[in-house]
Amino acid sequence: MAVSSAAVQPRPSILSRSLSLLADSRNALGFGFMLPAAALLLVFLTYPLGLGIWLGFTDARIGRPGIFIGIENYQYLSDDAVFWLSVFNTLLYTISASILKFALGLWLALILNQNLPFKSFFRAIVLLPWVVPTVLSAIAFWWIYDSQFSILSWALMEMGLIDHRINFLGDPVNARASVIAANVWRGIPFVAITLLAGLQTIPQSLYEAATLDGASRWQLFRFVTLPLLTPIIAITMTFSVLFTFTDFQLIYVLTRGGPVNATHLMATLSFQRGISGGQLGEGAAIAVAMIPFLLAAILFSYFGLQRRKWQQGGGD
Amino acid sequence: MATIKKTKRPELDEGGMGYLQSLPRRVVTVYLPLLVFVIVLLFPFYWMTITAIKPNLEMTDYANFNPLWVVHPTFEHIRYLLFDTSYPGWLLNTIIISTAATFLSLLAAVFAAYAIERLRFSGARQVGLAIFLAYLVPPSILFIPLSVMVFNLGLYDTPFALILTYPTFLVPFCTWLLMGYFRSIPFELEECALIDGASRWQILMKIVLPLSVPGLISAGIFAFTLSWNEFIYALTFIQSSENKTVPVGVLTELVRSDVYEWGALMAGALIGSLPVVVLYSFFVEHYVSSMTGAVKE
Repeated sequence: MAVSSAAVQPRPSILSRSLSLLADSRNALGFGFMLPAAALLLVFLTYPLGLGIWLGFTDARIGRPGIFIGIENYQYLSDDAVFWLSVFNTLLYTISASILKFALGLWLALILNQNLPFKSFFRAIVLLPWVVPTVLSAIAFWWIYDSQFSILSWALMEMGLIDHRINFLGDPVNARASVIAANVWRGIPFVAITLLAGLQTIPQSLYEAATLDGASRWQLFRFVTLPLLTPIIAITMTFSVLFTFTDFQLIYVLTRGGPVNATHLMATLSFQRGISGGQLGEGAAIAVAMIPFLLAAILFSYFGLQRRKWQQGGGD
Repeated sequence: MATIKKTKRPELDEGGMGYLQSLPRRVVTVYLPLLVFVIVLLFPFYWMTITAIKPNLEMTDYANFNPLWVVHPTFEHIRYLLFDTSYPGWLLNTIIISTAATFLSLLAAVFAAYAIERLRFSGARQVGLAIFLAYLVPPSILFIPLSVMVFNLGLYDTPFALILTYPTFLVPFCTWLLMGYFRSIPFELEECALIDGASRWQILMKIVLPLSVPGLISAGIFAFTLSWNEFIYALTFIQSSENKTVPVGVLTELVRSDVYEWGALMAGALIGSLPVVVLYSFFVEHYVSSMTGAVKE
């Protein structure tokens, strides 16, 4: 700020010619304008990213700077069953939650795209789960999933569908399903509203033309909606996959990784080992191990869906 | 939403070929699923609210009281929360930290976005891409090295630890959003001002910023909501009870060994959600349009 305001004062009568020359230079001005953001991001994002990778190669603990130990952390993790379980859990969590979020979000977007009464009201309330702090809604889910007083168990028992209370968070399979359900609940609004924005850019005339050509409802969806929606699906799902893969809050609130590590994600394991356990080096190594998966997810959803769009543009 | 609707295609086109559908068919394919979606999406909030005002006796006695309703509403949980816990302090901390981080990020983002989008210095495109990639770096990867940094800088357990680290995700986000907004301001306006002898600084201050107030508002709301919701940094960098933020405080301080104060917990979650929900409901138009606008990029 200080730099840029000094550099761009306009009146040459007050300032020297050199400064006004500097103000005319795109690059000098651009540098000055970029400085605050660049400084913040370099110091608190780029440097920590490098530091994290370095920490992964050390045996640092809380309160003790570590020494370089090569790939020992990674060797240890490759023999650690809990680490591999967390990798499996993360993949399971990400894939199943993303598929569900996509399917339900697209369905909701298609519904909201219809000519509805109170349209804007519905759009507004549908976004609520996404606006409310994740931790706070996760606490609500914790209470919904309570082993003794779960409202879901009560409702199902009242309806006569089950005869004993469901142990939502105490059993590995149930716990996994429960955290995925909570994640999907929170993720649907984002997917739905962004896809809805994409749906609104599709001209109605295309549907009318296709109908005149005798297209069925499924064909309308398959050959008009889906191809035109693909670019926005690619972006939305990339973000969704990314944030699901690195999720921490929901698990930390609901299960803290239990029962018997069945819901430990890589992020929660990294926190448990790195911060709670004090083994910063090992925690950092787990966090670094997430990076290849993230890159793969970004590249896959980006190029995978990008090429489909291209193929359809060229093929049809 | 109303503004979007106004600027959209004429009303006639609104329903498309919706008139071809019969009412019973619409009930099954549209209204019924929509009803289920709305109930599922809103139920946790209802459950939160009803638990927050339910006496403990009713809360655990499903045999005599219908759990979906409350017979004798009580403000006991809310009173306990506001007067017997550090909750008001957490609220204040969260407000201060979120506001400070939002202002810091907006300030940095306005200049960065203007430089990338309009000054077009050499390498502006690459910098723009780098900013986007920075947004994709998740806090779950950064919290361990950042905790080391925060500790070495002597910021551990102070609000500054959070005010300075929240911009790591706020600056890329706001810059990206504002870049899109600046792009929508006609270039001619700036050219006119340039011809009239305005400096870049004057153009930014007197032309671009006044025109971008809606964009600044949505970026600000988003940034404020994101910092209000942040959890992992606040959990890692703050230790003492009086410095905690609402999400961390509710989770770590209100949950005691084996007795869960569900009423107080739900009241805490509800009151902690209210500010962002109120903010959101005031600016829902900005919110939805900028969110979709940012994604459309």
